[in-house]
Amino acid sequence: MLELKNISFDVADDKGQKEIIKNLSLTIDDHKFVVITGPNGGGKSTLAKLIAGIEKPTSGSIILNGEDITDKSITERAKMGISFAFQQPVRFKGIRVLDLLRIAAGKNLSVADACQYLSEVGLCARDYVKREVNASLSGGELKRIEIATVLARSTQLSVFDEPEAGIDLWSFQSLIKVFERMRKITNGSIMIISHQERILDIADEIVVIANGTISKQGPKDEILPELLGTASAVNSCDRLEKGGSQE
Amino acid sequence: MIDEIQKRILEEVADLHTVPEGAYNIRANSKMAARNTTANIDIISKDDGSGIDIKIKPGTKNESVHIPVVLSQSGLKEVVYNDFYIGEDADVVIVAGCGIHNCGVQDSEHDGIHRFYVGKNAKVKYVEKHYGEGDGTGKRILNPGTEVYMEENSSMEMEMVQIKGVDSTVRDTKAELAAGARLVVRERLMTHGDQNAVSNYVVELNGEGASADVVSRSVARDTSYQKFDSRIVGNAPCSGHTECDAIIMDKARILAVPQLEANDLDSALIHEAAIGKIAGDQIIKLMTLGLTEAEAEEQIINGFLK
Repeated sequence: MLELKNISFDVADDKGQKEIIKNLSLTIDDHKFVVITGPNGGGKSTLAKLIAGIEKPTSGSIILNGEDITDKSITERAKMGISFAFQQPVRFKGIRVLDLLRIAAGKNLSVADACQYLSEVGLCARDYVKREVNASLSGGELKRIEIATVLARSTQLSVFDEPEAGIDLWSFQSLIKVFERMRKITNGSIMIISHQERILDIADEIVVIANGTISKQGPKDEILPELLGTASAVNSCDRLEKGGSQE
Repeated sequence: MIDEIQKRILEEVADLHTVPEGAYNIRANSKMAARNTTANIDIISKDDGSGIDIKIKPGTKNESVHIPVVLSQSGLKEVVYNDFYIGEDADVVIVAGCGIHNCGVQDSEHDGIHRFYVGKNAKVKYVEKHYGEGDGTGKRILNPGTEVYMEENSSMEMEMVQIKGVDSTVRDTKAELAAGARLVVRERLMTHGDQNAVSNYVVELNGEGASADVVSRSVARDTSYQKFDSRIVGNAPCSGHTECDAIIMDKARILAVPQLEANDLDSALIHEAAIGKIAGDQIIKLMTLGLTEAEAEEQIINGFLK
């Protein structure tokens, strides 16, 4: 279980201090699928970075399974069971997909095992396992590989920062299936930052963050109807959804 | 005879765990330690003792030549000339490499001058590794000179690697390509401490359809200095590409000087150069996968130089 207690996060800007997260408290229970949504600039990505340890809160504490991890490094948190999929996956010259999956798994994964993770995210494993994680990969391919590294870690808590960002709608349609499947098979809890209605639709719980605080929170059935039609729950292109062809 | 230190260095520079198959000439502390020739590949000492001639018969296929050099005595200084004559239509692998183990206070230096005469339609893969070790204060110095003369439609792929322990190196590589010849160079370099590495290339594309691709990937750490100076000269309808991609760390310095000279309307030449530090988000990404900052850095460098 992850608990955020009275978290605040300030950054310095032209006008002095700016509060990005304001005294926010949130609990992610075990085995839950939680989707965070809300307007852009509301503090969602910052929250994810605070959980992964990439940013440190100005005040407040972060508790994982009863242990205070506020001062733990990124590495320590990763080892304690937190995984984080970047909104913009990072490219590496010379590091192959297989190498990255091996680092993620923390062991010398066999090619067959690595292929299993790639298949799960819808990549033809044979084509990708030996490729470099460099600029030759498209945004959609990188996103899938990013998700595969999180799968390979199979930790207690996986945080995904806007998996839909930076990829085309067509690619995202098939990525949603990956999350639907992950929701079924995972043992840990999943936290996804997303505006996509279909992702929100598979949540156990939805949290809306605006202006650095939680503006709404509750079970999906309760929150989603309030969000439909707003920017916090965007629908994909209807025609694409129905599988219609281009005219 | 080859001792334990020399054996280990041979593993580093030539991946040799035992005596290699095929032709070889192993030079240890300025003397020949072992040699083998084959029906197609002859190795002959030069009359004046300044080096060896390696003669590969036309049409020789799938054979290899190993000519590693080991210096394990402090204070040795030598200049060696090795000439390779590669016959027409041959297809061979040549593995050179020099390792220095210097525990003493005097500088050890090996300057190997390699000349390649590549016959028509011949295909050569050349691998050269440099390695230094030993905790003495004497410097480990390697100054390789390489000259390549390529006849029509020949091809040569050169892999030059210097990852560790060489204090000072000046590499001069010159190549002249006739029509249809193709040269590919892949250089990988890492410098640390206060090492100094200079690499100069001049590639002359003299015949129609000649092409060259000279690419360097390097990492400069600590207070080391690197200079990569690569010039491609197009004297005929030809194509050339040179690229330097470097990671800078700590207080290192890097100078990249890619140069192109077109003396023919139909020479198509391209250069690229990039120098930058390791991106912060690369390190953070690997840390989120459970690596420490130092481990992340090592993975990034290893991948980059692979």
